[in-house]
Amino acid sequence: MTVVASPSELSRRKRPYWTMARRDSLAGYVFVAPQAIGIAVFVLVPLLLVFWYSLHEWNVLAQTFRFKGLENYHRLLSDPGLPEVLIATAIFSIFLVVFNMSLALLLAVLLNQKLRGITVFRTLFFSPVVVSLVAWTIVWSFLLQNNGGLNGILDHFGIEGPNWLRHPTTAMIAVVVVQVFKNVGLNMILFLAALQGVPKELYEAARVDGIPAFRQFRRITLPMISPTVMLTSIITIVGSLQVFAQIAVLTQGGPGMSTTVLVYYLYQQAFEFHNFGYGATLSILLFVIVAALTFLQWQMRKRIVFYEN
Amino acid sequence: MTRFTTIGATLAMTTALAGAVSAQELRMTIWSANEAHLTLFNDIADSFTATHPGVSITYESLPFSSYTTTLTTQIAGGNPPDLAWILERTAADFVNSGVLAPLNDGFMAADGFDYDDILAKPTELWRLDGELYAIPFSTSPLAIFANNDLIRAAGAPTPADLIAAGEWTWDNAIDVAAKVAAADSEGIIVRDFNFQTWQNLAAIWRGWDAAPWSADGATCTFDEPQMVDAMTFIHDAIFETGATPGPGESVDFFAGDAAMSITQISRASLLPTGDDAFDWDLVPLPTGQAGDYAVIGQAAIGAFQRGDNVDLAVAFLAHMTNPENSAKLAQFFPPVRASLLNAETLGATNPLLTSEMIDSVVVDGITRGEVLPVHEGYSEIQQVVRAELDSLWQPDADVAAVLSNVCQRIQPLL
Repeated sequence: MTVVASPSELSRRKRPYWTMARRDSLAGYVFVAPQAIGIAVFVLVPLLLVFWYSLHEWNVLAQTFRFKGLENYHRLLSDPGLPEVLIATAIFSIFLVVFNMSLALLLAVLLNQKLRGITVFRTLFFSPVVVSLVAWTIVWSFLLQNNGGLNGILDHFGIEGPNWLRHPTTAMIAVVVVQVFKNVGLNMILFLAALQGVPKELYEAARVDGIPAFRQFRRITLPMISPTVMLTSIITIVGSLQVFAQIAVLTQGGPGMSTTVLVYYLYQQAFEFHNFGYGATLSILLFVIVAALTFLQWQMRKRIVFYEN
Repeated sequence: MTRFTTIGATLAMTTALAGAVSAQELRMTIWSANEAHLTLFNDIADSFTATHPGVSITYESLPFSSYTTTLTTQIAGGNPPDLAWILERTAADFVNSGVLAPLNDGFMAADGFDYDDILAKPTELWRLDGELYAIPFSTSPLAIFANNDLIRAAGAPTPADLIAAGEWTWDNAIDVAAKVAAADSEGIIVRDFNFQTWQNLAAIWRGWDAAPWSADGATCTFDEPQMVDAMTFIHDAIFETGATPGPGESVDFFAGDAAMSITQISRASLLPTGDDAFDWDLVPLPTGQAGDYAVIGQAAIGAFQRGDNVDLAVAFLAHMTNPENSAKLAQFFPPVRASLLNAETLGATNPLLTSEMIDSVVVDGITRGEVLPVHEGYSEIQQVVRAELDSLWQPDADVAAVLSNVCQRIQPLL
């Protein structure tokens, strides 16, 4: 008996499953899979877990893990130490961002000259970026001691230096300066690259029109490098909120709570005080602050970036 | 079906064998990476594995500064060691949490352990309802190392002179330190204090009968008159007489920079030799306003309940701290065994110490010494007190007001 296939069956048999479109689609998924899996495993899953932990009281030693709902979030509002921590974080971030970006831009402008040996200076200012962060901070901790190198130098000039790391104001200044000197080279290089991308014709035209140098900087340079200003400001602000090693090595959050920034505080809560649930809640707070600031900056890009529209 | 059964059986056997092999591995976290310590530990491990075929023991050295944090992170990650050194400051947290295995039965059943030889007072911290949860491994009295060369050069009496005259008091000790400090060296330092580890000041304030909290741990006593007097004494020594180096100053007694150092006797190994050597002495803590006293620092070893080999870990702990091995360990770590606390035993393994030093400092200190301050949730309390005390380390600080603030902050945590 002969079986006759229906037209629809014939059509299915003739068209292979792995069509060109499906193969392209599969290839696309395979290419993005490593990145997607990486983000899922190392970013999304930990994020969800941190949120899950923040709803619990987790005593590591007793191995108890109790659901507490929003109790840890209520604790955020009543934590007597948190206002001091947020103030210290804000002071640190504001001073760091302003000082870092101003100094980086100044250095970039100064080093954007065609002079013999300028590369040496560029390398010198960039070199702290590649130095180990902890080694850099430990060396500074020796320099900043009361009887350390910095006060020794000041003493030669008849100046009695302060006990840098033992007074709230000088401790904050010290931590900011150490961090700025460590990373200013990175922003400097980014600004330098942006400055070298500004068309020379614009300056020539300005000079022909008799525009003074400062006005050229304000009217030509700043608008032309505004995308880099945007990028560096986001990187620097986010970085300033993540500072940890410098605080841990230089001040351990002191004197008092004056340099206890949010990351260091959540580390203390989770890993030193064993309050993993509350530590997770603090990290959610940090996440929200970073996300909000980044969103705000992104929204402001049309004002900041010259040709963003 | 047959093939699946075979594969299943093979997998089950492999898993069982793997389990059997891993069941014989013991891991112990320690904070020493000292080669001499590790050699001795390995010798003790070898003597245990010789009678326990198939067992292997590894020591994992963790940095001291982050030791407890690393240990608790291992526990949080579901990977606790089988055994661990535990500092006295976290004793209450570990003992009360139930994370440690009870030791009484295992120790009593162990051959040659001699449970009754263990002193009761130095093990109080590690017991709960009479059950021992960790055995003190190193019980080290705080004492004063003196650099007699610096003291004599400053024209001051040495501690030995003052002890002989019956005048070894804190007032006189600080006078000696101030004289040395005035002669361009440093006076007396509390080693490892660094204006952070405030609990080490117990070596001084216990002389005033002061304590950070009540005996039941429920009430802050930082603001009581004894503590105010003791802290005023310390504050004056820093900012009035200069007898003690101030905050942010780095001074090392063992480099010959200071007249005296309050520290544990186990630091004797740091004493310089050769051209850098100086005439040194080891003396008990001076008499305070409240009389004679002694303070000890402790570390203990416990076995973890959640380990895969709890019974084996307890058996190894009994072996490691039996009289024979405790005698070997005594060269580095003073034991809490009555039979070993004598000048003869300790002197044989501590050639640097005279029998007088051993009797007056080690034996007397361990027998009657109070352990450094401890409390449940100590890490948080320690940080809060540290933050509040930072304002005490200023020349114009109001001592009573600062200590009152300390109590306001830590009372909710007690």
